[in-house]
Amino acid sequence: MASLKELKGRINSVKSTQKITKAKQMVAAAKLRKAQAAAEEARPYAERLASVMASLAGRAGDSDNAPRLLTGTGSTKRHLLVVANSDKGLAGAFNSNIVRAALAKAKELIAEDKEVEFYLIGRKGRAPIRRAYPDRVGVNFDTTDVREPGYAEAEKIAEELIGMYEDGRFDIAHLFYSKFKSALTQTPTRQQIIPVPAPDAATTDNSAPTGAVVDYEPSEEEILEELLPRYLKTQLFGALLENNASEQGASMTAMDNATRNAGDLIDKLTIQYNRSRQAAITTELIEIIAGAEAL
Amino acid sequence: MPLHFELVTPAKLVRSEEVHMVVVPGSNGEFGVLEGHAPFMSTIRDGKIQVFASQGATPDEIEVAGGFAEVADGRLTVLAEHVAG
Repeated sequence: MASLKELKGRINSVKSTQKITKAKQMVAAAKLRKAQAAAEEARPYAERLASVMASLAGRAGDSDNAPRLLTGTGSTKRHLLVVANSDKGLAGAFNSNIVRAALAKAKELIAEDKEVEFYLIGRKGRAPIRRAYPDRVGVNFDTTDVREPGYAEAEKIAEELIGMYEDGRFDIAHLFYSKFKSALTQTPTRQQIIPVPAPDAATTDNSAPTGAVVDYEPSEEEILEELLPRYLKTQLFGALLENNASEQGASMTAMDNATRNAGDLIDKLTIQYNRSRQAAITTELIEIIAGAEAL
Repeated sequence: MPLHFELVTPAKLVRSEEVHMVVVPGSNGEFGVLEGHAPFMSTIRDGKIQVFASQGATPDEIEVAGGFAEVADGRLTVLAEHVAG
């Protein structure tokens, strides 16, 4: 049995760990509220843009000179997996869930004899993906120097992706991120981003009644061409925001569990400590009594 | 009914209000939108949007970049990537 001093030391160390997890939990709770608000504020723009895109893609998407971002390259050989992770840990299975989804898709694509390349956003996805596919990691997008990924980052990523697409480095791009459902549930999600899937006109709120005569300035195709990159940026931005909210939610839950575990452990150790102390006192008393009786 | 004007950026809804007229720097030239404007879509070059709260009022100027305007159902929606002022 551990000595009293050892037990005391262990109790103290668990206590300080608990302090850390508790602090991290409260920080995550505060950040979660902010992240959720940010995700909510971004919604009007995304919805409006989606409805405009839907009506434009419906009109101009079928023509022969529709932009390549919409129609694709005509090949499905090379896939780019864009994996969005966070930069920090302490968020339970948040990062490993996204990585697992991406690796499963990569395996499936490789089995179908496709070429796969990774584009990694955030620090936490690098190590596991590099371990699994050392020669397939193309780009690491660094977000460590920004506090929260925002529109500027989404813009940079989208421009890089479009550049790569125009250089013919891939045919199809998938985005992996975690969709925020609640603080308790976040689902890793895959979404095709290039070629841009035309938003469904039926599901998005379309304020202009279809069939109404709408004037376009410049032409529909030109507007579409300008809006497609912007739409891609918005999608990436939305994914980054969802990811951020998910990370905080996952972190909050994980840290709540850790704090509770630490509490249980402290209780257990305290009981053990008290018992040992009692046993030591009893032994001492017996020794004294035995000594007195011997006299 | 006055014109309903909305200015939206990726980060948030900047403005949503009833106004008299909005002058938008479209990529093919400036255009003013009053109530009852026909359905219309246009890209916007980087510049200033002028918002007239009422007839003859001094316009409220908003700097936008990377924008797009849509007029439908008596409302004007401007989607802009960046907004200043």
